[in-house]
Amino acid sequence: MELEAAKMIGAGLAAIALAGAGVGIGIIFGNYLSGAMRNPSAAQKQFPNLLLGFALAEATGLFGLVIALIILFAF
Amino acid sequence: MSTNPMHQFNVYRIGPEINLGNIDISFTNASLFMTISALTIVSIFFIATKRKAIVPTKIQLLAELSYALISKMINDTAGSKAKPYFPFIFSLFMFVLFCNMLGMLPYTFTVTSHIIVTFALAAVIFIGITIIGFVNHGVGYLKLFIPSGVPLFLLPLIIIIEIISYLSRPVSLSVRLFANMMAGHTMLKVFGGFVISLGIIGGWLPLSFTVALTSLEVLIAFLQAYVFAILTCIYLNDALNLNH
Repeated sequence: MELEAAKMIGAGLAAIALAGAGVGIGIIFGNYLSGAMRNPSAAQKQFPNLLLGFALAEATGLFGLVIALIILFAF
Repeated sequence: MSTNPMHQFNVYRIGPEINLGNIDISFTNASLFMTISALTIVSIFFIATKRKAIVPTKIQLLAELSYALISKMINDTAGSKAKPYFPFIFSLFMFVLFCNMLGMLPYTFTVTSHIIVTFALAAVIFIGITIIGFVNHGVGYLKLFIPSGVPLFLLPLIIIIEIISYLSRPVSLSVRLFANMMAGHTMLKVFGGFVISLGIIGGWLPLSFTVALTSLEVLIAFLQAYVFAILTCIYLNDALNLNH
């Protein structure tokens, strides 16, 4: 198999990791929403934690994207 | 005519070529936008705090709100012992924020979309916080790797895992910011290419998506700067108040 074809396949496989990012972000926001419905007055205090959790979950998915881009452009 | 979405990340020389031995230290477009960002921050805060009115004007309110946001963030996450580090965290947050936001303007260069820039910031933070930890606690800083309430037979494995996760802090800090910025701008470029290639008839669909994506990117620019700063505060808390 030529290197170009293998690169394309590798990048495509590495991008599957973004599914984890989607699931993680959904879980975090879902839990925040259900907590906010139960206790609306305490919801605003936890908003910074929500943003922090979102960014951390997104970061793990983006690590997979970085590997895909490294495979595509750096080898 | 297809534009390569990666061409926007090219670093090229502006002005004369300056060489320090073998290393090329000439002024590049990256340096230009870092300078623009730093000068913008300094001038905004200089103008904002010039009148020093008790009832703040709009721009003084902006400066006071950003001061209060960072001060509250440091106090909540790292406690009162971290107050001397406020100027550093504030400068860090403002620099990352302005670099991210400047990249949202057309034809500008996003400084933080290069791994070397974010890695330089994260490496300085990591080395600085390790030094702060050893200065404050001596060799007892290594107790960071021994969380409390761990059964003795698990301890070797937990210590190895903790060390690996500690060493991965600068990597995750830098790659998070770099990947968010690069992925966002690459997506914008790709969808912009779709708008042109679908023409007048079909171009409205990718155009509306690009508009929505741009607003998301502005939010992400702010959010990534905030997350960078708050994670630095959390690591600083680990170094100053060892409570594992």
